[in-house]
Order: sequence, then structure tokens, then C-alpha cells
Amino acid sequence: MIDAREAYEATGIDYAVPGRLLLDGADLSIRPGRVTALIGPNGAGKSTLLKVLSGEMRPKRGQVRVDGQDIAALGPARLARRRAVLPQDVQVAFPFTVAEVVAIGLPPGERAPARIAGALAKVDLAGFRDRPYAALSGGEQQRVQIARALTQLAGCDGPGYLLLDEPTSSLDLSHQLMVVELARQVARAGGGVAAVLHDLNLAAMIADEIVALKGGKVAARGTPAEVLTDAVVADLYGVTARIGIAPTAGPFLLPQAMARA
Amino acid sequence: MLEAVAVGTVPERTARERRARLGLAACAALAAAAALASLAIGPVTIPVEHVLAILWRAMGGSVVAPEIGLRESVVVLDIRLPRTLMGLMVGAATATAGAVMQGIFRNPLADPGLIGVSSGAALAAVLWIVLGASLTAALPAAGLPAFLGEFGLPAAAFAGALLVTMVLHVVATREGRTSVATLLFAGIAFGAMAGAGTGILVFIASDQQLRDLTFWTMGSLGGATWAKLAAATPFVLVLLALAPPLARALDALALGEAAAFHVGVDVERSKRLAIAGVAAGAGAAVAAAGVIGFVGLVVPHLLRLLIGPGHRLLLPASALAGGALLLGADLVARTIAAPAELPLGIVTAAIGAPFFLWLLLRRRAELFG
Repeated sequence: MIDAREAYEATGIDYAVPGRLLLDGADLSIRPGRVTALIGPNGAGKSTLLKVLSGEMRPKRGQVRVDGQDIAALGPARLARRRAVLPQDVQVAFPFTVAEVVAIGLPPGERAPARIAGALAKVDLAGFRDRPYAALSGGEQQRVQIARALTQLAGCDGPGYLLLDEPTSSLDLSHQLMVVELARQVARAGGGVAAVLHDLNLAAMIADEIVALKGGKVAARGTPAEVLTDAVVADLYGVTARIGIAPTAGPFLLPQAMARA
Repeated sequence: MLEAVAVGTVPERTARERRARLGLAACAALAAAAALASLAIGPVTIPVEHVLAILWRAMGGSVVAPEIGLRESVVVLDIRLPRTLMGLMVGAATATAGAVMQGIFRNPLADPGLIGVSSGAALAAVLWIVLGASLTAALPAAGLPAFLGEFGLPAAAFAGALLVTMVLHVVATREGRTSVATLLFAGIAFGAMAGAGTGILVFIASDQQLRDLTFWTMGSLGGATWAKLAAATPFVLVLLALAPPLARALDALALGEAAAFHVGVDVERSKRLAIAGVAAGAGAAVAAAGVIGFVGLVVPHLLRLLIGPGHRLLLPASALAGGALLLGADLVARTIAAPAELPLGIVTAAIGAPFFLWLLLRRRAELFG
């Protein structure tokens, strides 16, 4: 059993909307130095679980603790110094520039132009500081939001935790790999990362642990090699696939070798 | 590429930040100039150096200026100064309330005048004028000083504005997103309610009250006195004191309520403070000068184009520019048809309504989307 004082954990989470139970006793534990990928079919409850973990949604039942402390007792300001979040689909009202959006991730009252520039360079947007956010492409906007989350993480007490909800949904191939590298970098520095991902190959590359959700329950959890098996993929998605194992990089799926069951 | 990125030298402030600071200074200068013009211009034109000398002397300074007569001094200090300060106050309150409300609703069209907050304040104020008179009259009998009655009007307007703002928030916001259409329709509904209420009250109002009611519907600084100024000021100060600490929350809310929570904003608390502040400011403005439309829409919008949307500078700049714009409009209102005085609300509507249409035209895509 891991030490609860060094983990960001949701345990026994039930979350319901009228007429539907979205999470049914789901658990998730993020640990320092590790990347956890959340996978599962549409409507499995991946984003909901991440939102419960972030504190954005309050579960009907269950507990969320960061390093042993109940997040509800922490309050938004102190929680924001423990974890950073990249939400799905952020729409910015008002004509903010790229740097101004990233600066929203800074701790209150801080001004750190060099840190903002550094975060933008990390997501390949070094020259974009003064551009209006609204004029960027979807992928560029998503990278600005990643830079904002990284900026918040850098201001956390200790290495902190990073929650990413579909961080690659608008990104091209090269920048999907950039996200993998950034997440690994955070983990190497001692941070804990959770990422909701649809691309199983990306999940296999990014994750130390994969948690597969189906119908609001954890259907499988383990290393990529343990979770990404023909049987689990068939159970999760109703797709027959033959999963290969690359000698150095772990399991992979070839889209050409898949079919809907 | 990803490790240890060499950033080079990063300037402490961007060009935009420097321009924003300059813009804020310009707004302050504009407000000061408008105030001086408002004190100097009128049926009797008083030279600016005389105005300055009179103000200096009133503050206890010694002036060697024998040519300044008592008449000039009375005009400046007793007639124009309360009106000028009231104009600054009303303009600052209206524009700041607009900026804060737009930040909370994440929409540049959320002007207290357009979405019914001012209507709610006006209806409550009218109710107070017609029905509160007996309450005020009872004050001396209850052993309370009569000037407390002056606070009844802004307090009633505040209550009306607060009620409408809270209802709007419940009606138009769902899961952190605000429906502009609902906001504007609610504004129509509140406007109609205020109209109906005022209409009913007209029947039971006395002649004096009727004259006061007309003033409400048009908006004017004509009734400004030191007593009214003293009654409105605390309410405006509530808004001006609440707004700056909300700057970071309002910036973060531009990313949505979820993202604002993620970066540490207590969203519900921020919204409650903002709503209380907006109601206090918009209520006091309506109590002091009636319904003056569009200032809360035009000023923050133009300033966002000029100095950017960051609320740390936008809020103080809105207060200053709002005061300047209102005094400018008041100057037009009282000089264009002199010796008669145009209602101030007509002047701001004449400037603001075309601006509103232009804004709608520019934002057509998202309004239809």
C-alpha cells in the first residue's frame, strides 16, 4: 500500500447527474514521479473523475485527498498551490494576449515575465507572447493553456500534481509527442501527472500506470503492458485488435489491424 | 528543444503594459480636465485659474487673488462643485459597475443599464420617493436626524439593484456559462416592470413627486446637492473598494468558472462580492442621477481596446474615464440648449445607442452562433 501522505487520491467516488450515475465507486491515485493515463470509451466517466479529483465537482460519495488532506477543507487558493489543471476546451472571453492568459496561472500578485516566456518556449510558442489569444489556431490555443497549467505547477508548493484533460485533442503529431515529453519531464522532477487520453498508443508512451474506466467503474488498472491487451481493449471499446509489443517501447496498436466487433 | 530553454532577456514590461499604464494616466488627466471644465463652464464662465484659486482657498490654502468675487466663489463651491463631484461619482460607479458585471458574466454586453439592474434600482427609488416620504417625515418624531432620510433613496435603489442582479444571475447563468440572450431579454422584462411600476406610482404621486419622477426617467445631475452627494458616496465607495481586489478573479473568470477555480479563485465568493458591489454602485448612481444608460457599456469596451482587458488597470481606468465621460455629457446637456437643460440620459443615449449597434454588428457572428 502506498503512503497516503504522498499521493493525490480519489477513493470510492460516486457522482450522479439526474437520471444517470456517471461514477460508480471509482478510485484514482496519482503518485509523485509517476504519470497515470485515464482511458476508456466515450461517457466512461474519465473527465468526470478528473473533475472530481480537481475539486471542480463534488462527489455524491467518496473522498478526495491530496497528500493526506481533504481537498474540500483546503479551499480553492491552497488547493491551487498543490495541483494545476488543464481543462478541456477553454474559451477566453475578452481580447487577452497569449502572455496574459499564461499569467493567469501565476500565484496571486506575482509578476514573472521570464517564467511566462519560459513556459511559452516549452510549448513551442516562444514568439507568440503578444499575439491575441483569439487569433490563434485551436492547437496553438491548447498549447497556451498547457503553458498556463505548467506556470501554475511551477508556482506550487513542492513538485505538485498536474491534471490534464485530453491534452492532445487539438494537437498535431509532433505536439502530441511534446505533451508526452512534458508529462515525463514533470514526473522526472517529482511531480505526479494524470492525463485523460483517447489515443491508446499515446497512453502507452506517456504512462507508468493506465487506469481504464467503463460505465463509471474502473475496469482495469496496471502498467501499459498489463492493461493494453486484446481482451481489455475488446471489453472496453467493443473493438477487436491485435496488440503488438515493440521491443523497447511497450505495447502498440495498429489501426489497420482493428475492427468494430 | 524541451530541456533548459534559453529564453534570452525578457523585458520587464511589454509594450502593451506600458501603453496600459500610459492609458490609465491619460484617463486620470481626462477626469481632472473634465472636472475643471465642469467647474468653469456654465451661464457664468469662470476662468480656470479662478476656479483653482477658489478650490485652493476652500481647502485652507492662502491665495492672493483680490479679483475673485464672492459670487464666483459661491457658484463654484455651492452650485458647480457638488454637481461636478456627483458627476465623477456617478460616472465612476456606472462604468466600474459595467466593467465588473461584464467580467462576472464574461460578456461585454452586460451593462447594468441594458440588463435591467438600473431599472430595478429606479423602480425601488421611485417607490421610495412616493411611499418613503412619510417614513422620512417620521424621522424627527423618532428622535433621528432628518438627514438620514437622504440615505433612504440610495439604500432603496441599492436594494432594487441587488434584487435584480441576483435574479439575473440565477436566471441567465448555468454551469458557469451565461446566456447573453437571456440577459438581454431579462433586461427588457425588468425595464417593462419598472415602467409599469412607475406608471402606477404616477397616479398616486403628488406634484412635487411627479417632478422627481420625471427626473428619474430621463436622468440628470441637476438635483445634485452636498447632502445627496454625502448620501451617495458611501455606496459608490463600496463598489470602488470591492472592485480592485476582484481584479485577479475577474481575469481568471475570463477563462470560465472551472478554470478560475483551478487557479485558486473562490468563484462563489467573488461573484457574491461583485454582485454586492455592482448593486451598490449602480444603485447609488441611479439614486443620485436617475437612469443614465450606456456609460457602463461604452467606457469599459473602449478601454479594453485601448489598454487591454486586464482588470487590474481596466477597473481604475473605467472609474476615471466614466467620470470624465459623464461630466463631458453633462456639460453638453447643460450648454447645448442653454439656458434650458437637456436631460443627461438623452445625451448619453445619443452617444451610446449608436455605439451599442456598432458593437452588435461587430459581434454578430457569436450572437447568432
